[in-house]
Amino acid sequence: MTFRSPPFVLTHSLVIAWISGLGLTLSIAEPDAQKVAFFENKVRPLLSEHCYDCHSQKAEKIKGGLLLDTKEGWSAGGDSGDVIDPGNPTGSLLMETVQHSDPDMQMPPKYKLEDAEIEVLEKWIAMGAPDPRIGGGVVKSSKPKIDIEEGRKHWAFQVPRNPELPSVKDSSWGKDSLDRFILAGIEKAGIHPSPDADRYTLIRRATLDLIGLPPTVTEVNAFVKDTASDDEAFAKVVDRLLQSENFGERWGRHWLDIARYADSVGRTRNIPFPYAWRFRNYVIDSLNRDKPYHVFVGEQIAGDLMPAKNPVHRDEMLVATGYLALGSMDLNERDREQFMLDRVDDQVDTLGRSVLGLTTGCARCHDHKFDPVSQKDYYALAGIFSSTETLSGQLNKGGGGAYTRTTLLASLGKSGASPGSAKNDGGPRKPVLDTSAIQVAQKRLRFLNTQSKATDLKPKKKKEIQSQLKRTRTRLAQLQKGMVTPAKKKGGKKKKGSGEVNPEALFAMGAKEGKPADLALRVRGEPDIKGDVVSRGFPAVLCAEGVPEIPEGESGRLDLARWLASPEHPLTSRVMVNRIWDHLFGRGIVPTVDNFGVAGEKPTHPELLDHLTTRFVTDGWSIKKMIRTMMLSRSYRMSSDQITANSEVDESNRLFWRMNLRRMEAEVIRDSLLAAGGTLDTKRPTGSPFEGSKPAQLGKGGPLDQTEKIFQNGVRSIYLPVFRSKISGMFTVFDFAEPSMVNGQRDVTTVAPQALFLMNNNFVVKASTQAAERVQGMNLPDKDARIRYAYAYTLCRKPSEAELSRSKEFLSKGNNWPAFMQALYSTAEFRYIR
Amino acid sequence: MNTCSDTYTPLTRRGMLQHTAAGFGLLAFAGLNAEIARAAGAYQSPLAPKDPHFTPKAKRVIFLFMQGGPSHLDTFDWKPKLAAANGKTTGGNDGKKGGARKVLASPFSFKAQGKSGLKISELFPHLGKHADDLCLLNGMHTSNSAHPQASIALHTGSVNFIRPSMGSWVVYGLGSKNENLPGFVTINPVGNVGGAQNFGSSFLPASYQGTRVDSGAGGIRDIRNKHLTDAEQRKQIDLIQGMNRDLLGSYPDNAELEGVIHSFELAYRMQTSVPNVVDLSKENAKTLERYGKGGFASQCLMARRLAESGVRFIQVSRGGWDQHKNLKSSLTKNCRDIDQPIAALLQDLKDRDMLKDTLVVWGGEFGRSPQAQSANGDGRRHNNRGYSMWMAGGGVKGGMRHGATDELGGTAVQGKMGTHDLHATILHLLGLDHTKLTYNYAGRDFRLTDVYGEVAKEIVA
Repeated sequence: MTFRSPPFVLTHSLVIAWISGLGLTLSIAEPDAQKVAFFENKVRPLLSEHCYDCHSQKAEKIKGGLLLDTKEGWSAGGDSGDVIDPGNPTGSLLMETVQHSDPDMQMPPKYKLEDAEIEVLEKWIAMGAPDPRIGGGVVKSSKPKIDIEEGRKHWAFQVPRNPELPSVKDSSWGKDSLDRFILAGIEKAGIHPSPDADRYTLIRRATLDLIGLPPTVTEVNAFVKDTASDDEAFAKVVDRLLQSENFGERWGRHWLDIARYADSVGRTRNIPFPYAWRFRNYVIDSLNRDKPYHVFVGEQIAGDLMPAKNPVHRDEMLVATGYLALGSMDLNERDREQFMLDRVDDQVDTLGRSVLGLTTGCARCHDHKFDPVSQKDYYALAGIFSSTETLSGQLNKGGGGAYTRTTLLASLGKSGASPGSAKNDGGPRKPVLDTSAIQVAQKRLRFLNTQSKATDLKPKKKKEIQSQLKRTRTRLAQLQKGMVTPAKKKGGKKKKGSGEVNPEALFAMGAKEGKPADLALRVRGEPDIKGDVVSRGFPAVLCAEGVPEIPEGESGRLDLARWLASPEHPLTSRVMVNRIWDHLFGRGIVPTVDNFGVAGEKPTHPELLDHLTTRFVTDGWSIKKMIRTMMLSRSYRMSSDQITANSEVDESNRLFWRMNLRRMEAEVIRDSLLAAGGTLDTKRPTGSPFEGSKPAQLGKGGPLDQTEKIFQNGVRSIYLPVFRSKISGMFTVFDFAEPSMVNGQRDVTTVAPQALFLMNNNFVVKASTQAAERVQGMNLPDKDARIRYAYAYTLCRKPSEAELSRSKEFLSKGNNWPAFMQALYSTAEFRYIR
Repeated sequence: MNTCSDTYTPLTRRGMLQHTAAGFGLLAFAGLNAEIARAAGAYQSPLAPKDPHFTPKAKRVIFLFMQGGPSHLDTFDWKPKLAAANGKTTGGNDGKKGGARKVLASPFSFKAQGKSGLKISELFPHLGKHADDLCLLNGMHTSNSAHPQASIALHTGSVNFIRPSMGSWVVYGLGSKNENLPGFVTINPVGNVGGAQNFGSSFLPASYQGTRVDSGAGGIRDIRNKHLTDAEQRKQIDLIQGMNRDLLGSYPDNAELEGVIHSFELAYRMQTSVPNVVDLSKENAKTLERYGKGGFASQCLMARRLAESGVRFIQVSRGGWDQHKNLKSSLTKNCRDIDQPIAALLQDLKDRDMLKDTLVVWGGEFGRSPQAQSANGDGRRHNNRGYSMWMAGGGVKGGMRHGATDELGGTAVQGKMGTHDLHATILHLLGLDHTKLTYNYAGRDFRLTDVYGEVAKEIVA
């Protein structure tokens, strides 16, 4: 039924029709005549003048799903529900809106009706809202209802099945079965695959792809001179890199991009997350240990609920749930309900885009416009998260006061082996400081110091100040060492915001079970307009086999994690395999890596994606094995150079007839520059630079003001704190992922500030100068040899004769070595992976 | 000119790029515009000018952001009944908390100015002379009464989500005219109410984000080289560009690599153009005198220079409008700081015949309450229900009051303009239909005005 007329209207019209048929119209209608006249004379003109522009069938655009030009229209109500309750003006939404009593819903929107006009409406409703305008329409839903069965037919919602390998003409080309799918496409288009990249190009590509740093000259030489076959020699390189601790630092960053990782909450009160780093380290370590992907995802959603092998494992899984707590929140939001719903929205949206490749967040306010995801589906998922307590350490609060509370963090075991921090984090943890008390003491100290310098002090007063000074200094010192537990207010009540500090505790961001309850749907996403309560569950379109019952007393996160980990799940594995392919080939098989929905792009090679997906699951969801498979394929090893004949057929390389030329991410550029200058600190820093610091907001001298300074540190970029809205300039210009959203695919923009950074920034100048010193200090016979070394050192290749002579020319006058090295680092070639 | 034998147009263009260092400049002079470049599938700067949806009234925007919530009741919204009600206890203007408070008459008098007789506070003796160019928007309202949310909403249209800023949308929609300067410049932005979010590009490509210019220092980050002479640097860039062109030889169709070559030439030119634009010493003493002293004066003058140089969206910010107390003294000081510079800016634009297509927008994130902050207070509370902004130039009617608040100025009742309406109107004046300026992100078309916004057609000249 497309009509939404409630039974009442139908009955009513039927009654009239029936009565008319009996010729009894007059006697029944008689008392109504006056009322109808009232309507015609007073109400209709008013509605027509003030309301029809937006609420009639002739309106250019019907607003709020409400018609006021037919009785059926208003009887059916609008998006906000019933508007007129005949006989009951005070209970009618219409009256509320025309009286402008709710600032968020005032009608007409731009002005207020005259009091007399409002009275007319009131009177009309009081007399039962007589309305002769019967027979008109109600608003037809602007789009058809979601058809779940039809929706299930979308390619991405089918369970992946390993297809048969396609036949190819050149059976000798492929190295791995995946190559058959690529070659088949290329052959079908009547072109040829690109030749293999040379070994110089290949080792640079593989090293940058796997560990995010360029290979050393020694590594390049070893590979180039390796007498083993190409296959064997390259396999050795790939295996070495996969074993490197740096692997997790490179691939972990990919995951952090889609986990919208940050070290501060962002937005209105941009307060640091002093314990986010544990989650970051958890991600790096999980990837280094090749944790199966379904376990990896499951732990992040429900690690706190999973059985642990030992206390360290328990803590590790607790840290994993930090994934749920890292969202960017508006701490200045005073409305608790709104804050809760925003938090849950961040979780639903992040989970949707990152793991499912679906924009489920779009269904918060209405059914999804493209995908078969209903608003009900949204609130079914949302209920799982609203039944969860998110432990970000922060709370919303208006005005002043504390926004942080350690009781709102997950507490780890006291084993000392804090998870996600590996061996470098062994030392005793800094005590948590009572920062507000420290500030008070510091202020007091400053005050007393100034006072004590006054010249006209009486001796008694002076002595008093001196003793106060001494006491305050002692107290400050104790506070700064964490030796003083925060002061308690009278009556044993804890001091606001800081009383729960426990210097022994190890904190992490995470989640735990809250009060399990289903959530009411919110009409148009408005917190106050509640619709039906929706049973917790998963998007219906993905549940052809039925939905697991969520046990009594549980949020449903554990079921969610299990459901996602199913080998039959059509999205979890597929989305991840596509992400891996995207990182290695420069474009996903599904180009829109975060959107596998109807509005996303279709896979260029659907069979290949299914082939790889089934292998991924069969191989135990091993990310490293999947990477290895892809990298050892012939497809990965192709040259990226353009071939005109192929370009004419497939200019955008949809067929993967060559490797894509890819710009390195901001972090890889920075780390490579540090490596070039020999100042890269490969050790993992401990903790967060702002752990224990005051929860300062943006501002001069505050922790968030330090990003440019910290940028100069030698640590790998993944260890630099990510402050929302305060991303270092270099990262911003080189398209660092916006840390508030899931971002599986970074932008690649090419703008002048990038060139300015390379030309003029001291970071680059310093690295270039250090690299120049290194090249000049090498024991090499002549300038030619130095230039060759410089090329090998920066670009991992030999210079051409023309380049050699141009370089010599450039270096002919004065000491131009630093400028020369800077030139090499500034080339497009340096920042592109060929 | 053409040194290539290949006559395929884009390749010829690239051929030139590969062989002549001056390729881009020459091509620009040859009139190869963005549309042609787009059609040819060639590289084009993301900032290349784009056609608006319809004939625009304004070509650029100067947004004078007054952070803190300037009191409309003491500046641009004349409320004669406020004085009569002084000391009378009325309901709290936001209806929620605080309850009844005493009305505070404006300590300042209003004077009819110009031919239009627009009532403007005595706090603006200089600006008052431009009354006939001002379109007062007295029916402003916004959804939130907290500084950060309201500021972010004013800049991005959204309180609940992180969205691109207004300037980013404008440059995304129109590109910019001067290829030697960024398209969206924000001078000394206010740091603590959303920070970079207020000039960020969110999901729009980073090229559309606002570039921060500091009026005190050299302007833009990394704009100066401290190690090489100009000649040395040019030599170095030639070496880089030679290698870049070699690389392009292996990837002749690669627009990104062309972009890299382009970006180095642009960056090289910016090293001259940016310091020139921000260098106020080029202005004569008379001009400097007209703008008056102080940081805000320099910012306004810089804004004029940026506007003259073809920057599309320029924002000037001044904080300190949160007069919970010391309304009289503090507001007097603030207005004194901005009055003369803004008047000089309008005059300069007029003198250069630029006011007609430069939209100047003045305002804060909200206004203030008719009631006093406290019983004997000399201050006002936040008020998002009704406040004022003004526009000048750029195709808006001058000497006009659009919209109104109620008797005491607490709530907008007529010609109401919310944040989305403001944005819709600004885009409209720039020739952009706010419902059509969309960007597809994650499967959905987004707009600056979300699904709202109505153009205040009444103010369009």
